[in-house]
Amino acid sequence: MSQPILAGGRSPRVAGAAARWALGKIGGGLFVLWAVATAIFFGIRMIPGDPAEAIMGGPGSQASAEALAQARADYGLDAPLYVQYFSQLWRLATGDLGTSYSLKTPVSEVLGELVPPTLVLAVLALLVAWALALVVAVLSTRSGALGSALASGLEIVSAAVPHFWLASVLIMLFATALGWLPPVSTNAPAGLVLPVATLALPLAGFLGQVMRDTLEAAHRSPFALSARARGESETGVLLRHSLRHAALPGIALSGWAFGSLLSGAVVVESIFARPGLGRSLLSAVTARDIPMVTGVALLSAAAYVVIMAFSDIAERLADPRMAGS
Amino acid sequence: MSNKRPVLSPGEPVLAQRTANRPAPGTWGPKALAVRLPLLLSAAALAFFVLAALVPNALAPFDPLAINPAAAFSPPGSAHLLGTDESGRDIYSRIIHGSRPSLLIGAAATAIGLGLALLLGTIAGFGGKWLDFGVGRILEVLFALPGLLLALVFIALAGPGVGTTVVAVGLTTAPGYARMIRAQIIALRTSPMVEAATVLGRSRTRILATHILPNALAPIAVLGTLGLGQAVVWAASLSFLGLGAPPPAPEWGAMLSAGRTYLALAWWMTFFPGLAIVLVAAASTVLSRALKTAGAR
Repeated sequence: MSQPILAGGRSPRVAGAAARWALGKIGGGLFVLWAVATAIFFGIRMIPGDPAEAIMGGPGSQASAEALAQARADYGLDAPLYVQYFSQLWRLATGDLGTSYSLKTPVSEVLGELVPPTLVLAVLALLVAWALALVVAVLSTRSGALGSALASGLEIVSAAVPHFWLASVLIMLFATALGWLPPVSTNAPAGLVLPVATLALPLAGFLGQVMRDTLEAAHRSPFALSARARGESETGVLLRHSLRHAALPGIALSGWAFGSLLSGAVVVESIFARPGLGRSLLSAVTARDIPMVTGVALLSAAAYVVIMAFSDIAERLADPRMAGS
Repeated sequence: MSNKRPVLSPGEPVLAQRTANRPAPGTWGPKALAVRLPLLLSAAALAFFVLAALVPNALAPFDPLAINPAAAFSPPGSAHLLGTDESGRDIYSRIIHGSRPSLLIGAAATAIGLGLALLLGTIAGFGGKWLDFGVGRILEVLFALPGLLLALVFIALAGPGVGTTVVAVGLTTAPGYARMIRAQIIALRTSPMVEAATVLGRSRTRILATHILPNALAPIAVLGTLGLGQAVVWAASLSFLGLGAPPPAPEWGAMLSAGRTYLALAWWMTFFPGLAIVLVAAASTVLSRALKTAGAR
């Protein structure tokens, strides 16, 4: 990654560098997926407990020995370990995520239904968080030390608020006490307000802390000074120079934001009784539905790898100085 | 590969340098006091909860497990400061008694996370090119399961419980710390102090033990302070989801989980345990930031 990668297509050398970069990212991503699948495959076999029991509904189900044997045969759990491992890898590589233990339907079908509602929630929350963080950052840099201290306090507290508590407080306030919004989330706009707010506020707190630091530094930097010397107004300096820098940490943190939104979705979807990836992951974890857990883990690992690749590109676009690094 | 690029992780934004508004050392005028107020409040809040964890009986007026059906769902008032739950147990006493399990789980998880990170970070930063590459790949895999996801996958494998929660939260926080510790160790390895020791013919082990690790400790203390609040929040989240401490225990996340059923009836059952978590998390953030600036001074 020592060459500038985004000048792409201008010369064979640069195009070669871009291709190497892309190949490296794809190889790294495949390695991550293989490692996740392998770790879960061997992890579950190192821990006492019979997967066949989970298929039959957990240890409490008192399944007969024949039923357990049948489940083992159905799910290929009676073959030698290495046969199971390689056939599992082969199935995953061909896009077959297996059959959910608890739902008895193909994992890929379940995921296909669950991704859209979670995606709607996460994207809306991300947009709201970005907007909130930017507004607070811009307002506080223009209002002196006191405004800055106030914004900092606000950000620390909102970043420290756990999703589950914020969700409960919002429900108590806006659903129970005021009755303005439903406590259960649907895809209707009113049903999305509370879940989105729950996910967005802590994220905005984190993003705001970094954005404000960067914005303040950019405001004191030589290029801001020279822009002012050229006679640009404070608003001009902000719009044309500083804001670009405030966006950088937001991009760099996108992988982390993805994690925060996904973790938040587990909690938020459970509290607001909203169907989605997070809530299904939780029930899969509780039921020890390994194919389902593997499916969600592989899906989000793949999403993470893609997001990191794009944030890499976006960072270089936003700050040309990064291109050489 | 991607190791060359500084990637931010949750610990870093909060630790970002901010020295602009800092009062001069030793001044205690009204303005300096206003700037220091968050720090003083945070120290007081943390001291209170640590005290509660050490001597809960001195602070709690009631037995946290004593059932009193006649007083069930009492709102906050003079008899019960923060109200009671569905069995008439005093919420304030339960929060006080919950400090010990909640903080212990957080501290143990932070210790596991930091310990693992110190091991991986030292190997990567001091072990040469190939070990660095290998550890880098491991960290990449851990990073690809961000936030609660790694913890949930671990719990799916190992089964729910307090012990699993501690390890799960530790695992979740380890990769971020490891990356920071690796960077710290590499910076120290190329410092003039270490160069001088190398020229003097000191062995690598001795340089690691006498120069690199002691100097990496201060940043680790900052990370630990910050991580404690974060770990308390993660662990409470898992308890809230029903994967951590079982319900009757006065652990904060479990209390919130129990209060969830009665959200419309008794808001105080959910509100106050959550407030304790927010206080610990926010206070540890403020304190770690102050430690960081004190270290940079």
